[in-house]
Amino acid sequence: MSQSNPAEKSDITLEGRSLTKIYHTGTVDVHALRGVDIQFHEGELVVLLGPSGSGKSTLLNILGGLDSPSNGQVHFRDLEITTGDESILTRYRRDHVGFVFQFYNLIPSLTARENVALVTEIAVDPMDPAEALSLVGLGERVDHFPAQLSGGEQQRVAIARAIAKKPDILLCDEPTGALDSHTGILVLEAIERVNKELGTTTAVITHNTVIGNMADRVLHFGDGQVVNSKRNTSRQPARELSW
Amino acid sequence: MRALNLKLIRNLWKLRGQVLAIAVVIASGVAVLVMSLSALQALQDTAAAYYERQRFADIFTNVKRAPRRLVERITAIPGVRSVDVRIKQVATLSIEDFEEPVIGQLVSIPEQGEPHLNRLVLRSGRLVALGHPDEVVLSEPFAEAHGLQPGDQLKALMNGNQRTLTVVGIALSPEFIYAIGPGALIPDDMRFGVMWMGDEALAAAYDLDGAFNDLSLGLLHGTNPKLVIEHVDRLLERYGSSGAIARKDQISNWFLMNEIEQLKTMSTILPTIFLAVAAFLSNMVLSRLIATDRSEIGLMKAFGYSNWQVGWHYTKLVMAMTSVGILLGWLLGAWLGRVNTEIYADLFRFPLLIFRPDAGVFALGAIVSLIAALAGSLGSVRRAAALPPAEAMLPPAPPMFRKTGLSRSRVAHWLDQPTRIILRQIFRSPIRALLTSFGIALSVAVMVMALQWIDSIEKIVQVYFHDAQRQNMMVGLVETQSDTTLEAFRRMPGVLAVEPMRFVSADLSAGNRSHRGSIEGISSTPELQRVYDASGAVLEVPPDGLILSTKLADKLRVGVGESVWIEVLEDQRPVRKLPVVALFETYMGMPAYMNIDAFNRMMGQRASLEAVNLLVDKSQLSRLYQRLKSIPKVSSVVLKDAAVQEFNDTMGETLMIYISFFAAFAGALGFGVVYNSTRIALSERGRELATLRVLGFHRGEISYILLGEAALLILVGLPLGCFVGHGLGWLMTSAMDSELYRIPLVIKAATDATAVLVTLGATAFSAAVVRRRLDNLDLIAVLKTRE
Repeated sequence: MSQSNPAEKSDITLEGRSLTKIYHTGTVDVHALRGVDIQFHEGELVVLLGPSGSGKSTLLNILGGLDSPSNGQVHFRDLEITTGDESILTRYRRDHVGFVFQFYNLIPSLTARENVALVTEIAVDPMDPAEALSLVGLGERVDHFPAQLSGGEQQRVAIARAIAKKPDILLCDEPTGALDSHTGILVLEAIERVNKELGTTTAVITHNTVIGNMADRVLHFGDGQVVNSKRNTSRQPARELSW
Repeated sequence: MRALNLKLIRNLWKLRGQVLAIAVVIASGVAVLVMSLSALQALQDTAAAYYERQRFADIFTNVKRAPRRLVERITAIPGVRSVDVRIKQVATLSIEDFEEPVIGQLVSIPEQGEPHLNRLVLRSGRLVALGHPDEVVLSEPFAEAHGLQPGDQLKALMNGNQRTLTVVGIALSPEFIYAIGPGALIPDDMRFGVMWMGDEALAAAYDLDGAFNDLSLGLLHGTNPKLVIEHVDRLLERYGSSGAIARKDQISNWFLMNEIEQLKTMSTILPTIFLAVAAFLSNMVLSRLIATDRSEIGLMKAFGYSNWQVGWHYTKLVMAMTSVGILLGWLLGAWLGRVNTEIYADLFRFPLLIFRPDAGVFALGAIVSLIAALAGSLGSVRRAAALPPAEAMLPPAPPMFRKTGLSRSRVAHWLDQPTRIILRQIFRSPIRALLTSFGIALSVAVMVMALQWIDSIEKIVQVYFHDAQRQNMMVGLVETQSDTTLEAFRRMPGVLAVEPMRFVSADLSAGNRSHRGSIEGISSTPELQRVYDASGAVLEVPPDGLILSTKLADKLRVGVGESVWIEVLEDQRPVRKLPVVALFETYMGMPAYMNIDAFNRMMGQRASLEAVNLLVDKSQLSRLYQRLKSIPKVSSVVLKDAAVQEFNDTMGETLMIYISFFAAFAGALGFGVVYNSTRIALSERGRELATLRVLGFHRGEISYILLGEAALLILVGLPLGCFVGHGLGWLMTSAMDSELYRIPLVIKAATDATAVLVTLGATAFSAAVVRRRLDNLDLIAVLKTRE
């Protein structure tokens, strides 16, 4: 299923072409991606749905510069990041990509503000850490250590940390996977707000189909391929979601 | 349980880097212990066997001249098993291609059969034959120093007669393991040598027919030598005896035992330090290692393994790791022990070597290491096993951190986040951090302690040879000479200044404490041999009274103003009570000085001397040597330059071996501490570091967090190590303090710096190894798994 449309080429932020990924584990070859073509447009919120093992996390890792494809290319605007150069990947992650994981991966020895500052200190034109934290509704708890925050709060700190450098792309891998629905919605609201207010191109991986309703576009994954793509006529606000 | 055992083996293999690092540390401790104790035991066994086999005598004495018929009466003394009477004399030797005068110690042996006591070990050739009065047997070190072999000849000035002697054999004797010439500090095989001649030949040469001047006794087992000595002294008093001595005071044996005693000190203090470090390290490493394994422990318990089974599993892991170290340590220690023993045996020229390390030594090393390691891991195993399985399988809650005063201070404003991570990590577990620093400190300290010897020896040489002694030559005389001899020396070629010196054997006592030593008479205004205090002060020599070395004063427990009883053991044997007028500190021996005029008065003699201190013009040395070789009164010639050279060579030889052992061990310690603590930090915090990489941090930047923490701890450890090293140095030098010498504690800045550099090198190496792992951090794998 091709996403290419020359008319939209100008506002494509991130593009993957014919991406394949084969993991060699022992004597078995696992085909995690079997030729994926994908494009993300400026300011778009895309939700990737699919069962576990369908290849969506592998795709996200490759798009985020955490992993390289076995074949195919990834272009961020005019920059090809699949050259295999480790320092280009680091540069790319540092300047353009924000990550949010299922397990928040906060640095336990730093407070919420400092966790965000960790990124703003090395970014080119970041926002103030406090501003990023109030964007995710944590303006009050900036001086708390991770151990003093709930899971939802920790995840929102992680989002604040991801967006504080004003990334071009925000990649979220099961951001609500470890949270109850009420807290999960708070986190999704934060992602939605970042996408709308900052215009950050956003990709969210989940296996919760309900979350697809808040997206511009929903891609269904199966067996290492995009098996279905659906454009929502209107995005449902995150706070109206329920599961 | 078979699956668990498989897991154990695979775990060990997975952790092989750390297993090896721990093993190296444990092995160092065990090896030092095994090396030191086995070498010590081997030396003691070898010396004992050598003495036994060659019938080394139990009591020694010398007289001016006594008739041989006394032997019967001496044999009758209760407790005496065998008696040997001999003639001992010194001769001035001329050896081809060696300009300086050489002093030969002549000792008589029977022309037929073997002596009863102090038997020779013939190394080549044969013993002397009857009817060949010019045959001699040379001691091996002396013969080797001059390249002399059976068949070679040398010239000797014996009792005023120039003789040509023929070497017929080369031998060793238990009596001269340490062959030290009169007035010398350490053996100088170029300038002093022992040679054995036939009884009759020597008696004829020195007009001692039917007489002897040296006596050795072998005692029956269990006999108190003191009682026999009293007997012998009474019997020989009128023959000019200077007092019998027991084997423990015999000069060669005394030096040997001193050496062994020092080795004993080293083999108790050093392995204790090493084992303590090893124990502490394995403790630290193993406890953290098990703490990182908590989810597996939860899993095992979920499957139904009991706490006891889980505990035993980890106990086996710890024992396996420790055993690798113990085994390595055993092998290394046994090998080094053997090498060490051979070095000493070579130094002492033992003709035999008994190296049978006691199994107990090996067991001791193993037990101490095992206990230390198990004690270290026990707490962690118990903590892990105590968790309910469900909780254990969950990732641990984020560790609690607090803001310290530092975070709120102005300084904090300037800190970037990675630096904050480092500081908070340290402040969160200050004890762990401190222990790591301390481990590094111990590595530095051991190195400082080893290297400090070079500085101390340098200081001894400086003070003893250069600061105290203005003379550059000392000549000993065969008997007490009148001061016309002094004038003769003054007129010799190249002599710029002369100063007389007197020696006499004496018992010094105060209260119930006594010391058998000697008293030296020195010029009232000494220009050459000065009374030099180690602090740098030169003491005046008052007309009366004793000047004691502090070590001797301590032994007698007297101070300035108190009195000491002197019982001279020669000539008229005067007994005097003299006041102590001054004390001075010296690193060598336990000298007691008095004004030479007072000395002469005490002895009831006119101006006389037993030795001459000389300041000579070195350009005239050849002529002076020629002259010295031709006069019969000379019993020793000690050239300061040669003595310093010999001293440095001997010390350098043994010290360098010792120091290189410890440099290697210190390096192993430094490497072990840093490698293990960073490696464990990496496994504890791999996720954190991977996250940072994902956030766009470069490899160098995340290395900064992990290695920066290590670097900070090292930075604290280095000066601490120098500090502890000074303490250990003090401990060692204090423990080495003996009647023979004192080691001043001198540690140069360069020594601290070298120790710091060695440790830095070792830690940099381990950091580089860990850095490689950091560079290969698998980002995705780390982030995907929960913990």
